[in-house]
Amino acid sequence: MNAEVKPIRTPAEQALAAAIETARAKFSSAKPVAKLREKAAMSFLESGLPHRRIEEWKYTDLRALMREAAPLAPPPDAAAIKAAKTLDPFPGIEARRLVLVNGTFVPELSDLKALEAGLTILPLARALAEGHKLTGKIGAIVPDTYDAALALNTAFLNDGIIIALEKDAKTEKPIHIIHCNVGKSPVATFARALILLGASARAHIIESFVGPDGVGYQANSALELHAGDDSKLDFVRLQAEGDTALHLATLLAEIGARVKFSLHPVTMGAALSRFSVLLRFAGAGTEGKLAAANLLRGRQHADTTLVVDHAAPGCSSRELNKSALDGASRGIFQGKIIVRHGAQKTDARMATHALLLSDNAESDNKPELEIFADDVQCGHGATSGALDETLLFYFLARGIPREQAEALLIQSFVGEAIETIAHDGLREALMERASNWLKERG
Amino acid sequence: MALLEVKNLQVEAGGKKILNGLDLSVNVGEVHAIMGPNGSGKSTFSYVLAGKPGYKITGGSARFEGEDLLALAPDERAAKGLFLAFQYPLEIPGVTTMTFLRTAVNAVRKKRGEAEISTPDFLRFVREKAAALHIDLEMLKRAVNVGFSGGEKKRNEILQMALLEPKLGVLDETDSGLDIDALKVVAEGVNKLRSKKRAIIVITHYQRLLDHIVPDIVHVMAKGKIVRSGGPELALELEKKGYAAFEQAA
Repeated sequence: MNAEVKPIRTPAEQALAAAIETARAKFSSAKPVAKLREKAAMSFLESGLPHRRIEEWKYTDLRALMREAAPLAPPPDAAAIKAAKTLDPFPGIEARRLVLVNGTFVPELSDLKALEAGLTILPLARALAEGHKLTGKIGAIVPDTYDAALALNTAFLNDGIIIALEKDAKTEKPIHIIHCNVGKSPVATFARALILLGASARAHIIESFVGPDGVGYQANSALELHAGDDSKLDFVRLQAEGDTALHLATLLAEIGARVKFSLHPVTMGAALSRFSVLLRFAGAGTEGKLAAANLLRGRQHADTTLVVDHAAPGCSSRELNKSALDGASRGIFQGKIIVRHGAQKTDARMATHALLLSDNAESDNKPELEIFADDVQCGHGATSGALDETLLFYFLARGIPREQAEALLIQSFVGEAIETIAHDGLREALMERASNWLKERG
Repeated sequence: MALLEVKNLQVEAGGKKILNGLDLSVNVGEVHAIMGPNGSGKSTFSYVLAGKPGYKITGGSARFEGEDLLALAPDERAAKGLFLAFQYPLEIPGVTTMTFLRTAVNAVRKKRGEAEISTPDFLRFVREKAAALHIDLEMLKRAVNVGFSGGEKKRNEILQMALLEPKLGVLDETDSGLDIDALKVVAEGVNKLRSKKRAIIVITHYQRLLDHIVPDIVHVMAKGKIVRSGGPELALELEKKGYAAFEQAA
């Protein structure tokens, strides 16, 4: 093609380019991170926002959908911090809370006392300023393909959190990272998290995203996770952003040998959201499970793009994605399983099921398999459909009114992804959220 | 007034005529058996009574306590006191049997203008009815019918009937797929529900169920209508002669 063609920059791209210029001058940190940031900035300036001709973004044309870029969030003032106090989406659950307000880690809202033996928690901004050695791990997991959301997060990388568990260390209560957005005017936030689990460490992590309705803020977060050999991780994620928010999130995981991990993302919020996940099975004998629930309505658009990369032999992975789509909402699931050379005895299964609750809802599913080993078991399945009328009739024949029957069926449908959460309190809280969503459906 | 009065009922499904002028009158306190070969329209009749979608009523009427049954939504029919025990009870993953039962009992109570049942009262109620059907309470904690054996599914149907206390229970081939021991348990459960205030219609292909649930009146159905009615002895006659003679008569 003609290399001379310079794409026309959209207003959002121009604003982001300008913000990158400002950030370049403002942010300072030790060399490796500064270099990483600069590289990401250059990639973004070159490629711009992804559009539908970029395969990974074909259903989420960010270039068209992101009309403008919100200004970079200033550090939260006292009022913002006060407002964030009441935003915990799981107030009843005993957890070690780590609170980020508009992308800035706020120690006074966070529980940094009496850390378990072997547990280190560092505000990322401070770690960067001090040139802490753990910051050298940032950017170590590199996806095969360039991703604009991750590049933007990296270009604006300035604050967030580092959580490190030493060998054999264990979290006594879940660590809950709360991303709060507060304020009445839209801002852009770029939080970064790094989680390091040493060998045989055991951790329970919750990550949640909350913010006001109607503000149209833009939250772009990235989390890098390194799970050492024989570690165990339960990860629950709730995306309950405000109804006009833009939510872009990346989860990159490098998983060692004989690890047991489960990932439970629940997506309910934001007008436009994209959750991109890379799970790289780098050590043999690891078992990974992902069970995702999506509850969408109105004109919500939620894209979950998942790459499960089996790079080591004898691992098993199970992914289940369930979506209840109402109104004119759109649920997207792109799931790719890669089995690399030598990753024999891989057992990988992926399934995505959508329940279309209205004629205008849309479900797009794209499963992909790339298999380079010959002794593996891989499978994927995708279904989408309306509520089963035969099942509904069974409820009706027992005197249960239609709305109630539908609510029970929808709850059981998405519940399949939630009910495998090991933590009783979290499971119940998320079930209750699903139930409230159904009640609001009316 | 009969509890159920069906007159000249004609029903089509998928462009095919299935019920061809069916007449039936059931009084409170009676147990009726409807026998007939496969394809005679027995199950269709039960579905039409319960209000399953997909059937077109082309003629005739069905009245329940004098009210036009066919004009009511399925859940309203259930609240009025009609119960259908399904031939193939459906599996509902993710909804526990207990939740299902309690939701049904409360929905019906609400429509009848009664107060919701409290949790302890409901548990007592279920425990009592389940024991009579040899149903283990552990089974009720599982998702509705998921992984249940054929016998467990049918017992679960009868348990639902016991809890909903209908005026008319329609048992669609409740004996199908049951071994003799399971059949006895189910029949015993049904016999406990026989009452002067309730009518039961037992739909079956075989006579053997009627050894255990002895009907007051037996009807033979063929080609979409009742072709003969009589006492329990009619079932024995059918067993000897087979359905062929009746099909010719139809």
